[in-house]
Amino acid sequence: MQMNMVKSLNNALDIILRDNENAILLGEDVGKDGGVFRVTDGLFDKYGEKRVVDTPLSESAIVGTAIGMALGGMHPIPEIQFAGFMFLSFEQLVNHAARYRSRSRGDYSVPMVVRTPVSGGVKALEIHSESPEAFYSHIGGLVVVEPSNPYDAKGLLISAMKLDDPVIFLEPTKLYRLFKQEVPEESYEVPIGKASKVREGNAITIITYGTMVNVVSDVVSKKGTDAEIIDLRTINPLDESTILESVKKTGRAVVVHEAPTSFGVGAEVAARIAEKAIFDLSAPVVRVAAPSFFYPFPGYEEYYLPNEVKISKAIDKVLSA
Amino acid sequence: MLGKAFEGSIDYLQIMDENGNVDKSLVPPDLSDDKIVEMYRNMCFARTLDAKMLSLQREGRAATYAPLVGEEATQIGSAMAMRSNDYFVPNFRQHGVFLVRGYPLENFITYWKGFEDGSRGLKEIKSLDVAVPVGTQMPHAAGLAFAMKYKGADSAVVSYVGDGGTSEGDFYEAMNFAGVYKLPLVIIIENNQWAISVPRKKQTAAETLAQKAIAAGIKGIQVDGNDVIAVYKATKDALANAKDGPTLIECVTYRMSMHTTSDDPTKYRSEEEVNAWKAKDPIKRVKLYLMGKNLWNDELESKMNAEHESAIDAAVEKVEKEFKPDPKSMYKNIYSFMPDVLNNELNDALSENFWKE
Repeated sequence: MQMNMVKSLNNALDIILRDNENAILLGEDVGKDGGVFRVTDGLFDKYGEKRVVDTPLSESAIVGTAIGMALGGMHPIPEIQFAGFMFLSFEQLVNHAARYRSRSRGDYSVPMVVRTPVSGGVKALEIHSESPEAFYSHIGGLVVVEPSNPYDAKGLLISAMKLDDPVIFLEPTKLYRLFKQEVPEESYEVPIGKASKVREGNAITIITYGTMVNVVSDVVSKKGTDAEIIDLRTINPLDESTILESVKKTGRAVVVHEAPTSFGVGAEVAARIAEKAIFDLSAPVVRVAAPSFFYPFPGYEEYYLPNEVKISKAIDKVLSA
Repeated sequence: MLGKAFEGSIDYLQIMDENGNVDKSLVPPDLSDDKIVEMYRNMCFARTLDAKMLSLQREGRAATYAPLVGEEATQIGSAMAMRSNDYFVPNFRQHGVFLVRGYPLENFITYWKGFEDGSRGLKEIKSLDVAVPVGTQMPHAAGLAFAMKYKGADSAVVSYVGDGGTSEGDFYEAMNFAGVYKLPLVIIIENNQWAISVPRKKQTAAETLAQKAIAAGIKGIQVDGNDVIAVYKATKDALANAKDGPTLIECVTYRMSMHTTSDDPTKYRSEEEVNAWKAKDPIKRVKLYLMGKNLWNDELESKMNAEHESAIDAAVEKVEKEFKPDPKSMYKNIYSFMPDVLNNELNDALSENFWKE
């Protein structure tokens, strides 16, 4: 069935609620309203208020109580309405969700999937377009997932719920309705921790994820570059072996993401390439990302976001070095 | 027009006064004299353990420690009111509750020596882990209570927070959340008057901490937190009502010692204040009561103290002899699986012999 990402996520949540009686959805407006992006649309009517819970405006409680629910044998799926509001629950994620298994030396675990919309490009208000994946990946103990298409979104969400771990599930707002894909209606999994090669090539490796996967693919096909494009899909734990294998083959690498350049995922990927494959490189690794500061007001986002020109020039630079 | 939108008040409960006099009309019917003797023994055990941990810390045999001395009635009274199927959510000072719930002393000591391994076994006694960041355990307690209600379990959750913790957002968010869904949650505020060096009056302009319940639409009561019987009754009543929703219990007590072994309370509070609270000691009054009824004497007291001390000494000796930290366990408990990145870091540490084993 042709589905956009909103539909494929909705379909995944429907399957999860059907198959796992300990799973519940909770968050602001997830119930009757079906979520501000309609990802949970219809699930309140189908599963009732016991399974699809409208909560107070209380981000720390949404995530913090979800931790308590998980410790009590449930498998909650809290939704934070926008990633920019999730910092109110950062304490709970950093100091508790991430640490509980370790703190109890495995007696306790926190199985939950925190869903939140991320990234920009949709002319949203301030604090509605952040790309916070590096924060959550830096801590350790949290799995961080970010799909780039409807098929992966559904499979990754179902896989995320099979883990006995806290998962931060980042849904790029811009991709919610950007395009449709053939998505099976039945349950299937896309492996966590495994990047996908969205294009095979020999001249250069481009490592990216989320909103930038399609932008990179467009640039590469327009230019006719013999590029290998890697969609990380899971940010943490990083699929280092897929990256290194490709870079050792091509000898050239560009990392593209929407988050700010400094201290980001691109820095991590570049460092791992430098540590383990520097003698296979023919050119320095280049990052293409937003400038090293926070997301601007929507009027300026077209100047802020990495675009085709920026990506194209980086590819030229690395290929010509 | 001008009318009243809301009227509310907060009850105060004391059953046993400073001299051990008891208001019999308020004593819960299930509370026998034998049980009061057990309360006394538990409070004394907690105080003895506290003194031992403090001396271990001073000798460099334990890491930073947060003493409970003075707060025994709040902890023992509430812990003994819990049923075996109830859950408990501590902060970092509930040593007395742990003792009552049957947490192995060896694990307790291992924790305070600075090893996560000591947290093993908390799940078996239906306790969450010790929460160090103040107030952040409160949403877990509400979520755990949500899970109990969701599963239809005959269990409630008793959670603890200090007076300082009631100023944290998580305290309000958790209490509000528990109120909205009428969760089986009992929140014990262990109001020991001091958040490190900041007095209770600087936490809030509210006259009582218990009245914070009013804004959340839940039950609230203030009790003499140095009166073990009052704390027991308030907790028992709250648990009996838990299926109808949460209760907030403010236990007014006093931290007789430092916040943790890293601060010096003489810098921020007066000796007069401490002495005034000494007169309200939670253990002394129970002893007076029991001796007055010929249920306790000096012989029993010294026998008990010797038993407690030897149990603690044996546990310390066992831990110091048998516990060996395993740094590999740090890597193995981050995820339910072992990611390559962590596995490589662990293998590096082992192959390069970073830990000089």
